[in-house]
Amino acid sequence: MDLEGSSRGLTSAKIVVAGGFGVGKTTFVGAVSEIVPLTTEAVMTDAAKDVDDIGLIPNKTTTTVAMDFGRVSLDRDLILYLFGTPGQHRFWFMWDDLVRGAIGAVVLVDMRRLADSFPAVDYFEEAELPFIVGVNGFDGQFNHGEDEIREALTISPGIPIVRTDARSRESVKNTLITLVEHALTSRVGAPGW
Amino acid sequence: MSMDQWGQPYQRDPASPVRPYAVTGGRTAPRMQLALEALVSSATANSDLTNRPPEWRAISALCRQVRSVAEVSALLRIPLGVVRILIADMTTEGYLHVHQPQLDAGRPDVNLLERVLSGLRRL
Ligand SMILES: Nc1nc2c(ncn2[C@@H]2O[C@H](COP(=O)(O)OP(=O)(O)OP(=O)(O)O)[C@@H](O)[C@H]2O)c(=O)[nH]1
Ligand SMILES: [Mg+2]
Repeated sequence: MDLEGSSRGLTSAKIVVAGGFGVGKTTFVGAVSEIVPLTTEAVMTDAAKDVDDIGLIPNKTTTTVAMDFGRVSLDRDLILYLFGTPGQHRFWFMWDDLVRGAIGAVVLVDMRRLADSFPAVDYFEEAELPFIVGVNGFDGQFNHGEDEIREALTISPGIPIVRTDARSRESVKNTLITLVEHALTSRVGAPGW
Repeated sequence: MSMDQWGQPYQRDPASPVRPYAVTGGRTAPRMQLALEALVSSATANSDLTNRPPEWRAISALCRQVRSVAEVSALLRIPLGVVRILIADMTTEGYLHVHQPQLDAGRPDVNLLERVLSGLRRL
């Protein structure tokens, strides 16, 4: 790629993909990514020690947190990155980094384990990050109604809940479109939201 | 063992979990805030980097194609905090260009959201 001229208007954006252990985050990212999802590691530094429970890992001064991500080139000058949250919720310092400047988040939900997504929902509400819920229907199971899910997760009526299949590019693409539309609505509907 | 872009082995293991900040001289704070998704591209030919650490040469070579901070970290197996310091230092010295995301009070601006939306619809 030409390094000067064509890169002038170059920019990037990011979307966060969250949810409980094994809910399909990496599969979801991989379904639209133009690269095989990569893994980056953050080393917990002194500044983050009070956030994490260092007492759990005696004889170790650092610990690493892995998170995976994919890339989608949306036009010549715009690259979208999709970041899966690290599995362990105790690594909140990493979540702050992920959420900073993000368009929004997709909270993936496995209907058989709804409670696994509570921490993600709480976090995004607290962070005031626009999010939607994507119900990943393992083997086509959608045995809860939307109202039931909304009530279980105690999320407001304005937050979209969509069915998704993390393995399907088309389904993942549509889920992302719903999220960005929701982020735009939140912005336009409530200035300074 | 990792190889750099010219097939030469690294002199040290950049992913060493023991002292990840050794390559930054122990500094743990970058000179500028870099988003995970900030884009990085090389600004110079690699001959300018002959006396620089192997990590600098590896980053410069990798970023001949535009890459995000997260990609540089993942592809070179250098922890994020370390790679941020290296990229910030190299940018300060003119070896890299950084394109930060367009934010408006910490959030992507509406224009960017609209571009992302139409890009996704075209996929
Ligand atoms: N049947 C079915 N399997 C799925 C679906 N989505 C993901 N899987 C499978 O579920 C397993 C876990 O998916 P991952 O994408 O690794 O989940 P994850 O959320 O990244 O997991 P962790 O990072 O370990 O928390 C994999 O074997 C996937 O192939 C789905 O929609 N239906
Ligand atoms: Mg995963």
